[in-house]
Amino acid sequence: MVLFAVGLLVAAHYRFIDSYIQIVAMTIGINIIMSTSLNLVNGNMGEFTCGHAGFMCVGAYISSILSVACFGSKFGDPLLPASSVLFVFPIILLIGGAVAAVSSLLVSVPSFKTRDDYLAIISIAVNYMILSALENMDFIGGSRGFQGMKDTVWAMVDIFDGPWMLFWVILFTALTVWIIRRFISSTYGKGVNAICQDEVAAEIMSVNTNKIKIINFMIAAGLAGCAGGLYAHIIGYVNPQSFNILKSTEALVMVYLGGMGSLSGAVISAIIFTGLLEVLRSQALIDGLLSPITMMFPDWEPSAGVIKWVMIPLLLVIVMQFRPEGIMGNRELSDVFPWLKKFYRFK
Amino acid sequence: MDFIFQNILNALQWGSFYALIALGYTLVYGVLRLINFAHGDIFMVGAYISFFLASFLLGPLVGLSPAMVFLITVPLTMLLTSCVGVTLERIAYRPLRRKGAHRLYVVITALMCGLILEYSNLAVLGASRLKFPELIEKQIWDVGGVSITNLKVLVIAAAIVVFLFLQWVVTRTRVGMAMRAISYDKFAIPLMGIPMDNIIVVTFVLGSGFAGLAGLLFAMSYPVLEPFMGMLIGWKAFIAAVVGGIGDIKGAFVGGFLLGFIEVGVVSVFPSSYRDLFAFTILLLILWMKPTGLFGMPQSTKI
Repeated sequence: MVLFAVGLLVAAHYRFIDSYIQIVAMTIGINIIMSTSLNLVNGNMGEFTCGHAGFMCVGAYISSILSVACFGSKFGDPLLPASSVLFVFPIILLIGGAVAAVSSLLVSVPSFKTRDDYLAIISIAVNYMILSALENMDFIGGSRGFQGMKDTVWAMVDIFDGPWMLFWVILFTALTVWIIRRFISSTYGKGVNAICQDEVAAEIMSVNTNKIKIINFMIAAGLAGCAGGLYAHIIGYVNPQSFNILKSTEALVMVYLGGMGSLSGAVISAIIFTGLLEVLRSQALIDGLLSPITMMFPDWEPSAGVIKWVMIPLLLVIVMQFRPEGIMGNRELSDVFPWLKKFYRFK
Repeated sequence: MDFIFQNILNALQWGSFYALIALGYTLVYGVLRLINFAHGDIFMVGAYISFFLASFLLGPLVGLSPAMVFLITVPLTMLLTSCVGVTLERIAYRPLRRKGAHRLYVVITALMCGLILEYSNLAVLGASRLKFPELIEKQIWDVGGVSITNLKVLVIAAAIVVFLFLQWVVTRTRVGMAMRAISYDKFAIPLMGIPMDNIIVVTFVLGSGFAGLAGLLFAMSYPVLEPFMGMLIGWKAFIAAVVGGIGDIKGAFVGGFLLGFIEVGVVSVFPSSYRDLFAFTILLLILWMKPTGLFGMPQSTKI
């Protein structure tokens, strides 16, 4: 894995792979962070929350505002010298994640009393509230969006000319997977799984359910916030509506496609899902697939961006019919291929 | 004073749409414990079906008068839309239920079906918006400075009639008794000789049919159709159903009107961009105080 990551970075540095593939690789990384962190809540703890993009939005906005204030010229002079960007940038991302983690209290505190479907509503409502609150803040652009984060990226490029964003995405993705793996195999993680099995029984067995719920929600939302910060710096522009319920749905789909509670399943499904999104984007492929139908209706011109969103849900529905427990079910990769246990252990 | 009455009337109309859609959510949920996320898109399909029916019947081939068209369109729309709902149930939900899949996988399938409906509509009909023809001649009555259109009265009356009808079906008929029985104990029901699949189909027919009616009325009141019109209103109606206490007919009705009143109330005082913020904050507080909704019963679990 390390070799692969270094190889990707070197290839990107010497322009063996073009910036399109770099963007795809970065999107895959962000989606891995999103799906594994949502898997912590929806898979391991067995709750059903569908407002994960709201926390991503908080992280994206906080880290963009900080990065523009520190290195951009939009709010007056830069607060910090451009040479310190390499140390400050990860701190900015982590602060964004921390604020997102605090905002997750909006969901986790009601979750002491409410269960499944009612909690789903609370999370949807929180997602809408965050977006709506940001749209009404005029000093950060409101619904027109917010930009200027590219200054930070350029400051990094000035220090050393390389694919910096790819580096940060790979670093944070590896960090996320590592944190979640350690968390799930710790005592707290056992408590999370106990809540999934039976909350009342877990409480009787002296698991402090409220504390574990708060910690679990905070870790998930914090990682989503980091993903949001990375996303904002890759695109260089954030808009509240790009974190709407559709984005949350994407994260949900990745979790349930991979299998509830399976970390490697979430990683695999994030890669497959993002890959599908990119492959089906090609107009030539869509035209080829639909050529029998367009032969019959010559004046119908399907566009790939629309057909994509018909075919992906259709594929998922079909996958669900044949494999209703997701790709991996409740198992890890090392359970399916035992020889992998030589390289890493889980649980 | 006029201002207040006018806004109350608008809120009643706006709440009627939420209530009509929320009733469908709550029916399906009450029987199957399945959040049918495709319901908002069935509403959208209903609006489109009514558009094509109305344009066909008004067109040169048939050429009926608008009032006749309205009378024919209402039952036909409800029938065709319920066919869509039942098709979804047959193709997507029933096989999963037979396999005993986890409840949440069915929910995800429902979400995906909604996306398929939206985007296939966009692919086939294109992104151009459609204008719904005027079926009922608009009459405006002026009662003490408050303007009342006949459409508003129709919408509000439809919501109340549908609510009373569903309440009657669920509490007074044999089918309703079977529905309540399924939600009470899913495993004992086939042993009692009750055809479970048929009852579930009836539930989907009722829910989708009234979503189609809501689509027709919505298209008549706001005569612009687009493929994504069902998405936001569907999510909000679902929230309204939950705040009322999901699975309870009365709760969905009250929740829908509550959401309508909150939204119109906020818009009439603050700028309209604050609508979602205030509405969802109030709903969050309600759920915080009463975690099972206004009329929901707390469930006891055995260990």
